[in-house]
Amino acid sequence: MSDHVAPTRLYYAIFAALMILTAVTVTVAFRDLGLLNTWVAMTIAVAKATLVVLYFMHVRWSGRLVPILLAAGLLWLVLLIALTMSDYASREWMAAPTRLG
Amino acid sequence: MRAQPGPRMADTRQVLWHHFQSLEHQKETSALGMWIFLVTEILFFGGMFVCYVVYRTAYPDAWLSGSATLDVRLGAINTAVLIGSSLTMALAVHAAQAGQRRLLVAMLLLTMALGGVFLGIKGVEYHHKWVESLIPGPGFDFHGHGAGVTGVQLFFALYFALTGMHALHLVIGMGLMANLVRQGTAGRFDAAYYTPVEMVGLYWHFVDIVWIFLFPLLYLLGRH
Repeated sequence: MSDHVAPTRLYYAIFAALMILTAVTVTVAFRDLGLLNTWVAMTIAVAKATLVVLYFMHVRWSGRLVPILLAAGLLWLVLLIALTMSDYASREWMAAPTRLG
Repeated sequence: MRAQPGPRMADTRQVLWHHFQSLEHQKETSALGMWIFLVTEILFFGGMFVCYVVYRTAYPDAWLSGSATLDVRLGAINTAVLIGSSLTMALAVHAAQAGQRRLLVAMLLLTMALGGVFLGIKGVEYHHKWVESLIPGPGFDFHGHGAGVTGVQLFFALYFALTGMHALHLVIGMGLMANLVRQGTAGRFDAAYYTPVEMVGLYWHFVDIVWIFLFPLLYLLGRH
C-alpha cells in the first residue's frame, strides 16, 4: 500500500518475537490451566497474527482503508461464531413448541 | 492494456495502466483488491473454524483425544518453518523495494523451499495418520480412552479439511512465486514497480496466519 521501506532488522525482530511467542504457547500448553489454556493459546495466536499483519503485511504504514476493511471482515467472522454459538448454547433453554399457535 | 509493455525496463511509463492517475494510485488499488480477497478468505476459513467450535463444544473429550494423537513436535517445527518463510517473503519484498533483483529471486526461492519443507513434514504426518487408520471413513479405527469414535472421527474430518485446505493454499502460493521468480529473473521488477511481489507476499502472510491459529487449535489443546 505505502512505499514505506522498513529496515530489515525490524523484520528479524518480528521473526524473533514470533518464534518466542510460539515457544511460549507450546510451553504453556503442557501445563493444566483448565479453561484458561484455550484463552492463553488464542491470545498468543491473536498477538502473533497482529504482528504479522502490522509489520510483514505493512498495515502499520498503510492508509485507513485497509484497517477498515480488515475490521469489517473480522466483524463478520465474530458474528458468524457468536450467533452460531449463541444458538447452540440456548437451544435447550426452553422446550421447543410442537406446533404453531 | 499497458501503454507500452516492456519486459526489461520497468519505468513509470511502461508499467502504469492508462486508467490510473499514478503508480501510487495503481498500487493502492491493487492492494485494496488483494485485501478484499483476503477478507473473503478469512470468512472461507471462518466457516470451517465455526464447524470446529461447534463440534469441539459437542465432543470435548473426543477433541482432546484426537488432538493428543497429533505430533506436537512436528507441528511446532512446521510453525517455525512457516514463520521463517514469512520472514524470507518479507525480505523478498524488501529486496524488490531496494531494487536488488538477485536477492529478490534468491529470497523467493528460499520461501518456496521452506513451503516445500512444510508440505513434506505435513505429508509425513498424513502418512502417520494413514498407517494408524485415523483417516475418517469406513476404515477408521480409534482405540482411545473414553472418547466415542463418532466425535474423534469428526475431529479428524476437520483436521484434514483445515490442514488440507491450508496446504492447498500453500501450493497455490508456491505456484504464484514460481511465476514471480520467472518474471524477476527476466528483470520485470525494480524499485519503481514490484506490485505483484507485494501482493503474493500478502497472500503468503495470510496463509501463515491461518497456520498460526491452526497450530494451537489442533495440536496444543490436548497436551496437559
